[in-house]
Amino acid sequence: MLASILTLGGIGLFAAVALGIAAKKFAVEVDPRELAILEVLPGANCGACGQPGCGGYAKAIVAGTMPPNLCSPGGAETIEKIAHIMGVEAVSANPQLAVVCCQGDNLKASLKYRYLGLEDCNAAQKIADGPKTCPAGCLGLGSCMRACPFDAIEITSQGLAIIDRDKCTGCQKCVATCPRQVIKMTPASATTHVLCNSTDKGAQVRKYCQVGCIACQICKKTAPEVYQIENFLARVDYAADGDVLAAVAKCPTKCIRDFSTGYPEGSSFIAPNAPAKTPEEAA
Amino acid sequence: MNLKTFKGGLHPPDGKHYSAHKAIELCPLPAELIIPLAQHIGAPAEACVEVGALVKKGTLIANAKGFVSVPIHASTSGEVIAVEPRLHPMGKALPAIVIKPDGADAWDESLVGADPATLDIEELKRRIQAAGVVGMGGATFPTHVKLSPPPEKQIDTLILNGVECEPYLTADHRMMLEDTERILDGVEILLKVLGIKRAVIGIEANKPDAIETMTRAAAPRNIEVQALKVKYPQGAEKQLIDAITGRQVPSGTLPMEVGVVVQNVGTCAAISDAIRLGRPLVERVVSITGPAINEPKNLLVRVGTPLQFLVDQCGGLNGEPAKIIMGGPMMGQTQLSLETPAIRGTSGLLIFRKQDLPRLESGPCIRCGRCIGVCPIHLQPTTIAGYARLDLFDEAADYHALDCIECGCCTYICPATLPLVQSIRYAKAAIMAKKRTL
Repeated sequence: MLASILTLGGIGLFAAVALGIAAKKFAVEVDPRELAILEVLPGANCGACGQPGCGGYAKAIVAGTMPPNLCSPGGAETIEKIAHIMGVEAVSANPQLAVVCCQGDNLKASLKYRYLGLEDCNAAQKIADGPKTCPAGCLGLGSCMRACPFDAIEITSQGLAIIDRDKCTGCQKCVATCPRQVIKMTPASATTHVLCNSTDKGAQVRKYCQVGCIACQICKKTAPEVYQIENFLARVDYAADGDVLAAVAKCPTKCIRDFSTGYPEGSSFIAPNAPAKTPEEAA
Repeated sequence: MNLKTFKGGLHPPDGKHYSAHKAIELCPLPAELIIPLAQHIGAPAEACVEVGALVKKGTLIANAKGFVSVPIHASTSGEVIAVEPRLHPMGKALPAIVIKPDGADAWDESLVGADPATLDIEELKRRIQAAGVVGMGGATFPTHVKLSPPPEKQIDTLILNGVECEPYLTADHRMMLEDTERILDGVEILLKVLGIKRAVIGIEANKPDAIETMTRAAAPRNIEVQALKVKYPQGAEKQLIDAITGRQVPSGTLPMEVGVVVQNVGTCAAISDAIRLGRPLVERVVSITGPAINEPKNLLVRVGTPLQFLVDQCGGLNGEPAKIIMGGPMMGQTQLSLETPAIRGTSGLLIFRKQDLPRLESGPCIRCGRCIGVCPIHLQPTTIAGYARLDLFDEAADYHALDCIECGCCTYICPATLPLVQSIRYAKAAIMAKKRTL
């Protein structure tokens, strides 16, 4: 009895002393600023900054190899805090948000075949370029939704990805996952977007989608300073100064949408400044 | 009978009774032939004719682009009326040459054959490539590439693939019965090109008439015929080598590693034509079959014939088509439309109605392990599919996802109807993409 207590106690004592010495001898110097920055970062390890995780980014900032304004999930607040820790002036990066440039869900866009395979856009894209006739539209099988670390993407009941602008941090994970490059990064301040990704001619687009851009040039005629047509697809010049909203009502296929008044149909998200729906409207 | 085989595999209901007894018939000329430029694995050919050009049967219309590529020839005489993207069997619009037949179906006079005994090995290989010969089992790998192993690989056996393990298909079966001499002539040419003596023809035991015919014709030429147990996927190269020679091709290598070259019986007949008659590969035997076809047939089809025309030759459809498959039901390519043309790799056209198809809802995996038992390369399909679903591709690669031959045995046997082979294919594509970017 006594022998076993002494033996175990002895082992414990020896291990405690050995570990104590090792901890002192092999201690790694950590810059206190690094720990402070890690505290401030969101901790999502999303990789938007270009580092594999928040720890790596904190280290890179302290080492001076990366600027402190690359954390888009953290936003302006985080950037300011980091700048304070580092004792530099906060230079806010232009915040960007992701937008799904497509409205062609399973009701509005035609299908080539019935897809019964894996619930994954990248897998579906391998089978005859995906079940949608349109070669550029959203497949709606939710690869981006699963890739989003912030839970900002929803797939509507008719198979279309919708991004919640309040939750999106601009980390670009969804952009990297989408096999059809439907998701584009846009300035967070811009709320008017062309929701189509098809570069086919108008007649072709009409064949496969009710809400695709047919390159009719009406938006360009309405506000030539902000809208251009490239490859049979309208584009908004976010940097230009002009009446972006003027073309929203005139677009014949309604592919130019103003997010401050409404999201594409079928979304359960509520647009930031949308007027509250009356019970009749909601039903 | 001494029946050899490999470990794993299964035997789905084979449906061969629809067309196995139907002799090969020549398919008439359609109103237009759509000849895609991508009809083989490797770089697509490059068109060398323009709209309005008059061509004869066998005239070169597209040049090979690179070593793993073959040229493409007109499959009848007529006028080129379009060079434009058309719906390809792969499911997307790809460049094709459209020919309006003049009805004469005249061969190009400049094509002349030669006695293989007078040609040297390099010349034989050159003629095989120039004739556009590809593997006709369905994979369409350019044949001349298989016949050019690096000098350090010692080839000692040529295996003839007369297995036709895919259900429903009977094209190779009919060819072995009706074109026996052409096939064996092709075998002799191949033996000369490879500089070896031993050739073995593997035929499954469910074709006793083919075994008998081939044995009788092959015996005087010192070519062996080996009867094999009826099992899918025995027609896959590596499984066939295992069944016949007992050699196992190591992971990630080609059959030449164990000294074997495998060729389909249809390819051998095409090689004989290419050398003796100088005729390029412009037609092939296709089994048009399945429960939705009124009168299943084996047709000798010109490359580029629209599938709808083939269906019309077989008495049309007896119901609404729910699934159209080019090739066999296990590994064939589902077609989106009957407008697509038959190509060099088209071994069959299968059409099913809704009532012929199984239910398709998947349930949870019940860990029965049947997929592991049937996998001919001894993988763990559920494990790899699980990793694929979670996008854990490094782990999937550790479980040898890249060795999967996509035969579909696991999906076929799965009692929960999980899309196993689809998941593994997805993982394979992701692993390959990752390798390319590294």
